[in-house]
Amino acid sequence: MTITADDSRVHGYDDLPGLMSLMTGDEKHGPAATSTLDVLWVLYDRVLRVTPQRRDDPARDRFLLSKGHGPMAYYAVLAAKGFVPVDRLAGFGTYDSPLGHHPDRVLVPGAEIASGSLGHGLPIAVGSALGLRAQGLHDPAVWVLIGDAELDEGSNHEAIAFAGPAALERLHTIVVDNSSASHGLPGGIAARFEAAGWSAVTVDGRDHEALYAAFTAPHPGRPHVVVARVEPKAA
Amino acid sequence: METMRDRFAPALSRMLDEDPRVAVVLAEIGKDAFREAMARHPDRVINVGIREQLLVGAAAGLALTGLRPVVHTFASFLVERPFEQIKLDLGHQDAGAVLVSAAASFDWPAGGYTHMSPGDVALLDTLDGWTVHVPGHPDEAETLLHHAVAAGDDKVYVRLSVQSNRQGRVIDGRHFVTIREGRRAVVVAVGPVLDAVLAATEGLDVTVLYATTVRPFDAAGLRRATQAAGNDVVLVEPYLAGTSTAAVSEALSYVPHRVLGLGVGRRELRRYGTIEEHVAAHGLDAHGLRARIGAFVEAGRAAVHV
Repeated sequence: MTITADDSRVHGYDDLPGLMSLMTGDEKHGPAATSTLDVLWVLYDRVLRVTPQRRDDPARDRFLLSKGHGPMAYYAVLAAKGFVPVDRLAGFGTYDSPLGHHPDRVLVPGAEIASGSLGHGLPIAVGSALGLRAQGLHDPAVWVLIGDAELDEGSNHEAIAFAGPAALERLHTIVVDNSSASHGLPGGIAARFEAAGWSAVTVDGRDHEALYAAFTAPHPGRPHVVVARVEPKAA
Repeated sequence: METMRDRFAPALSRMLDEDPRVAVVLAEIGKDAFREAMARHPDRVINVGIREQLLVGAAAGLALTGLRPVVHTFASFLVERPFEQIKLDLGHQDAGAVLVSAAASFDWPAGGYTHMSPGDVALLDTLDGWTVHVPGHPDEAETLLHHAVAAGDDKVYVRLSVQSNRQGRVIDGRHFVTIREGRRAVVVAVGPVLDAVLAATEGLDVTVLYATTVRPFDAAGLRRATQAAGNDVVLVEPYLAGTSTAAVSEALSYVPHRVLGLGVGRRELRRYGTIEEHVAAHGLDAHGLRARIGAFVEAGRAAVHV
């Protein structure tokens, strides 16, 4: 897929609803689509060291979208940042579109993993952090975004329990918490990570400055989780 | 006697020393054999604990950063428990790995059904693009392990067993080997069943092909063998009976043919005991094979003379 000249214009946060409406035909979007919007924007706009030109750079930061359902906010941000041509958004979910209702890394420029089935991203992120470390690439950060209900999957708990003792300092998890888990974690999400030796911060998932501060908080020797609370899915 | 698995850690440890791409991922099982390698390469010999979903998911992550992960545990925990990880984290992500199993069909009968996985190859058959090596001797296991690690970013399964033939054969990681030539049928012996097949077919006028790589299936080699031996084919596999019958049918789809698929039965025996007792119970000893292969060949002759 080539990036056309028109796509090179700079898009800002205020353009995201319009980009999302190209996929949904509607400016009001489902909770799964918008819960991640601010987290994704702050990451791609201010934190991640990755650009369309650096997609294959071994030293780039990795962002793995594990919560692959409702990916419209993700595609909108990728389009705003020039990874995906804006004119591809309208075909969302159609046979000839690279943009499915779950993302496919083979089809979507800039997507590090294919996702949709829950509980796969964090274990893959653990492996990515291990792989970078084994190759002496100590600078690139690995980020993975999961949902609070996705956190129910046992595979995530295998990864959480391993990453703390393994001191995967370059591993970062964001849990977007829209209170959608039927049986929430007793003591809260952050406590579960802290018990496994992670650094943890819980913030308002709509507050860009709070998100940025949480994303950039130092966490020497430990993996880091940011629990980003947004309005409850059922509300 | 030295087993295939005894060769695994020393051979792979040498590959770790020589190739900076190679990484080993374990879930407790087999870690003692990698103690020295882990001390030399702490970042590339990874034990994730008893976490098989993470085992495969982490291997995929390693592969996505450019490494060549080799993943090892018992077949039940490597192929069956994290099957969706194999399907999605490796297949759907377009990432490669070498999966090396042990104790698949009934290497530890006293351990019972929790530690048996006769369906491992059939399960991988539901996925695209897997190479499957089934060595029949420790020498072959070492050769095939080298092929597997060297196979770029391919998805490769290496099935190690304590069952073994008495001698290793010269194999190339792709083609079937002709062991014996005849005119009445082709018998394909996969991995460690070769000795039993040779004993069972003694005096029968059949071709015996030896297969240590079953996916991709050497369809051309099978077709060549049938030119002299006819289109009656017996498959003898050390895992679920009939696993490769579809591959045989596809190879011979343009000619009338008969196929008999022999292997481990689907029904759970609920027996402990020894490997030999399980081999006999599944009809995979020379005596059991002789009866079924003989009847199949005779039926073919009867059909010709009707």
